[in-house]
Amino acid sequence: MLLKQLSVFLENKAGRLTQVTKVLNENAINISAFSVADTSDFGILRMIVDKTDVALAALKAQDFSVSTTQVVGLVVSHQPGGLYQALELLDKKGVEIEYLYAFAYNSKAAVVIKSNDVQLVAQSLSDAGYHLLQEGELMA
Amino acid sequence: MIWNEHAECMDREQLVQLQNERLHNMISRLYYNVPFYRKKFQEMGIEAGDITTIDQLKDLPLTGKQDLRDNYPFGLFAVPQSEIVRLHASSGTTGKPTVGGYTRRDLRTWSEVVARSLSAAGVDHNDVVHVSYGYGLFTGGLGIHQGAQKIGATVIPASGGNTKKQLQIMRDFGSTVLACTPSYALFLAETMKELGIDPSELKLRRGIFGAEPWTHEMRKDIESKLHLKALDIYGLTEVIGPGVAMECEHQNGLHIFEDHFIPEILDPQTLQPVPYGQVGELVFTTITKEGMPLLRYRTRDLTTMTIEKCACGRTLARLNKFLGRSDDMLIIRGVNVFPSQIESVLLDMSETEPHYLLIVDRVNNLDILEIQVEVSEAFFSDEVRVLEGLARKIKANIESVLGISAKIKLVEPKTIERTEGKAKRVIDKRNLID
Repeated sequence: MLLKQLSVFLENKAGRLTQVTKVLNENAINISAFSVADTSDFGILRMIVDKTDVALAALKAQDFSVSTTQVVGLVVSHQPGGLYQALELLDKKGVEIEYLYAFAYNSKAAVVIKSNDVQLVAQSLSDAGYHLLQEGELMA
Repeated sequence: MIWNEHAECMDREQLVQLQNERLHNMISRLYYNVPFYRKKFQEMGIEAGDITTIDQLKDLPLTGKQDLRDNYPFGLFAVPQSEIVRLHASSGTTGKPTVGGYTRRDLRTWSEVVARSLSAAGVDHNDVVHVSYGYGLFTGGLGIHQGAQKIGATVIPASGGNTKKQLQIMRDFGSTVLACTPSYALFLAETMKELGIDPSELKLRRGIFGAEPWTHEMRKDIESKLHLKALDIYGLTEVIGPGVAMECEHQNGLHIFEDHFIPEILDPQTLQPVPYGQVGELVFTTITKEGMPLLRYRTRDLTTMTIEKCACGRTLARLNKFLGRSDDMLIIRGVNVFPSQIESVLLDMSETEPHYLLIVDRVNNLDILEIQVEVSEAFFSDEVRVLEGLARKIKANIESVLGISAKIKLVEPKTIERTEGKAKRVIDKRNLID
């Protein structure tokens, strides 16, 4: 029920993001979703790709600091209140969300959620009937 | 002005005679009271009475910072602890400070050489001496304080920090002499400008600046901004503190108080003496020190020396401008910093690897230290607050070991240059050497 997300450490200097996407391009890797967390000194690029293990190895080979993180890929309806209902449910379970970011998934919206307890998030949402993205589901 | 004409203008032949006697006496004290030196002498077959002239110095063992570290904290003291009346310390190479122990007589000697230094700068009992060197374990504050008191000046023990308050006191109390690091002097000047204080509102006429290297340009800059004559003072905790050597008003080299400290200039590779005028490492033998006398202590400072008589009348040997260091020590805001100290902090933390780069710069006349640390795989976290927390932890650990704050910059792995053998650890952008 969980997705593997790639996280890459980036220094705040010109051209770093380009370098990452270049490596992914050379390995024919498709990015489904990404977000960048930035501070004054550095950034963290987080992304969901189709061939996570290939991407991980390729980036490591280029000396990037890269790691994988378990996240939940939640599909919600693309209409007002779609996200609210899901988050309210998680609130009630006492889940603390570290970060989230969204992307379009077919005609729906998908949200990547990282929390202190991703298993609980996945279980709670799944029990409530939500569609959670699986490994490989984004390949096509 | 010359505080002690007898000592400072002595005929050189007479001076050597005095040095011979004092060295002979010192060797006995080392032989009988310091096991570390006795062992060295015995290994070399030297008896306590063998050394009668300073010409024999070149055959005697050198003392290095490592020896101080090995004998930390009091192993090189030559008197019982009951005779020690003061301890000072400066930061050492591995987080252990370098200690200096003083007897009553050592404190008198120290006041004497600082009194001579201040007089050489033209300071007398009519002056108001504003001491902005830090008071504490650092020798700067108390060292200048005692000497200024000895000449009968009015001393303001301002210590470091709180620049606006310092300026208010300087203006209200009519400070005529400023003693601090040259970079702090420039920082004061900047702050004055910001606050709209014109140098003519102050009565400053002399600056006693030391504890870090500075250039001729910096001197000109300080002199024009603060309307004073800026003079260079030299010293180190191991030898006594400030007052080992001092510039006179002719600003033509620093006079070494040779009746207390015998200087040698050695080739840093061969460790053999070099002729006058040639660059080498400065080495001191503290012939009158009781608490912690050191034999041929390697300062690691590179300089040249001359024994030509100065226009001021002093016959003492003079050091010319310092030309760098024979080791990797940096002086940042008057604090001695060794890259190895930073390395040991990083190694002590399980999250970091000892790949780092120190970038020292001078911004608004204050030294800025940036430490770039590579984010290794073990270190890297997906969460910003974890990374920022780590950077804060490194900063706090560095601060507690070095006593100065640094900016920590996290950088990508393998971006810090590795050269064969020794990595390049330091980029100093300050241009402190002329």
